[in-house]
Amino acid sequence: MEIKYIIDRFIKYVLLIMALLSVFILFLIAVFTFREGLPAFQEIGWREFTLGTVWRPGQEQYGILAMIAGSVLVTLGAIVIGVPFALGCAIFLAEIAPDNVRKIVRPAIELLAGIPSVVYGLVGMVVLVPVIRKIPAPGNSGFGLLSASIVLAVMILPTITNIAEDAIRAVPRSYREGSLSLGSTHWQTIVNVIIPAARSGIIAGIILGVGRALGETMAMIMVIGNSVVVPSPLNDNPLTIFLRQARTLTGNIAVEIGYATGVHESALFATGVVLFGLIIVINSIARVLMHQRS
Amino acid sequence: MNTVKEFALQQTKAQQKSNLAQRHLIENIAFGVLWAAGAVAVLVLIAVVAYVLSEGAQVIDWEFLTTRPKGGLSGEGGMSTTIVATFYLVVLTIIIAAPLGIGAGIYLVEYAGEMQGSSGLQATVVSIIRFGVETLAGVPSIIFGLFGYALFVTTMGFGFSMISAALAGACLVLPVIIRTTEEALLTVPRSYREGSLALGTTQWQTIWKVVLPAALPGVITGIILSVGRIISETAVFYVTLGGSYHMPPSPIFHPKEFLSSGGRTMALHLYYLANDTAAFDKAMGTGAVLVISIVLINLAINYFTNRIDKKLRGL
Repeated sequence: MEIKYIIDRFIKYVLLIMALLSVFILFLIAVFTFREGLPAFQEIGWREFTLGTVWRPGQEQYGILAMIAGSVLVTLGAIVIGVPFALGCAIFLAEIAPDNVRKIVRPAIELLAGIPSVVYGLVGMVVLVPVIRKIPAPGNSGFGLLSASIVLAVMILPTITNIAEDAIRAVPRSYREGSLSLGSTHWQTIVNVIIPAARSGIIAGIILGVGRALGETMAMIMVIGNSVVVPSPLNDNPLTIFLRQARTLTGNIAVEIGYATGVHESALFATGVVLFGLIIVINSIARVLMHQRS
Repeated sequence: MNTVKEFALQQTKAQQKSNLAQRHLIENIAFGVLWAAGAVAVLVLIAVVAYVLSEGAQVIDWEFLTTRPKGGLSGEGGMSTTIVATFYLVVLTIIIAAPLGIGAGIYLVEYAGEMQGSSGLQATVVSIIRFGVETLAGVPSIIFGLFGYALFVTTMGFGFSMISAALAGACLVLPVIIRTTEEALLTVPRSYREGSLALGTTQWQTIWKVVLPAALPGVITGIILSVGRIISETAVFYVTLGGSYHMPPSPIFHPKEFLSSGGRTMALHLYYLANDTAAFDKAMGTGAVLVISIVLINLAINYFTNRIDKKLRGL
């Protein structure tokens, strides 16, 4: 066999190994996070760890319910604020924006995705928090779930808009023409035909947005206040729960990993296991929906 | 009888007309809202960028860019070492991630592509790889940080260092490079490969001499995208790079010391300034430098994407 064929075969296997590396890294991430988190689960117990309301590492109390609640609430807030807005942008870009307008809005949304999360956090701290602080409620510091939700809503907008726009564009032209020829307006076509047809892609975009929101770390630390108490409303109005300071799962890891040792450190890895599990489930749902579409 | 019929006809006509007018009204309102959504997205971007740049402009000068941070709670000093550390870390991470990511992308398109539809071990392997890449792309950055901390910082004993951070960062950008490489390779027409193979070259010669050069702008786009990710990333480096604001040793003259030295990127510097000190002005200055870098990176990406578009349209 000529030397060039030997090289050819050799390179093929080298490339295969490079491709397998991603799987290997994923495997290592799972193994290391679990291995380091396992002592905490054994010491504290699964139930006690995930449902415990007290996080006091100094007194060996490790319950992450407050952080789970923080992550869930802030994600919920970001979804409520961000999704209508993101879908509006997606429909606008895919259906009604003239070419020259799209040429401005598209890159703007891409740039929005590129801005570092610490910059969002900083702008949130300096601009948003003082505004939120003006809402009259006892104990409202401005830092808290509402500020964090607004910052997060802007951060997940590009993810949702991009995927939803692709889904809307993928709807066959004939659907649109059929509806228009029956005499419905463009808007009726969008609401009754195009959006239902693009549904699974749009939902996949929202779910990926949720995944992105749950994973955000630094911007959250900067505006959410990092309190380890389970959030509750400040007064009779249940919505004031969003003015409460909180902490996310991601923030819990980042804030304390620098000085944690022993069970404490293991508990932070266990927090990572919970987060990792959540994200895998969420992204798998999104992936199934997206493949359904094609 | 006749008049009744006429009357009824007129009624329905009027109804139809008003119904259409109503539907147009609803449409106009809805489109107004959609235009507003697009406008708000652009305005939010302009507001954030303009605010950071105008606030940052007040502290950015030659001195701010070229003096070292002095540390302490007042956030004295400039940001020179963080610019250098960011640059080093970007280069080191790309050196690690780019060959691996491009290699994996090549395998998935050029070698795995031909097995499409076939069953058996190889097809299974390929679907596992795809699952790995997709899942890895969705893993939150703090998990990469935790992983890097557990594996590189403690288990392998690299400590908080450039090499730990670069390895963890490489894992983070690997899926980005793989995906963009795949997309770039898929745009290369089949005829290029067939033409080359027909001349008697091996598959690798075809890839190296024909396919890769044709896909180069797309591959470069992926690398620039990764550079942006590394510049903006904070969580991973927060738990792997340490945060020392000293000047990293020269990678050329003292490679060993360089790899094991800690450091502080611009994004980390911003975080420390905003969270641990009261130097919001300096944080804004650092933020402005970050935003300018990201804008430049996006311009570069648009440039390369346009080139690919033109090429595809045969211009």
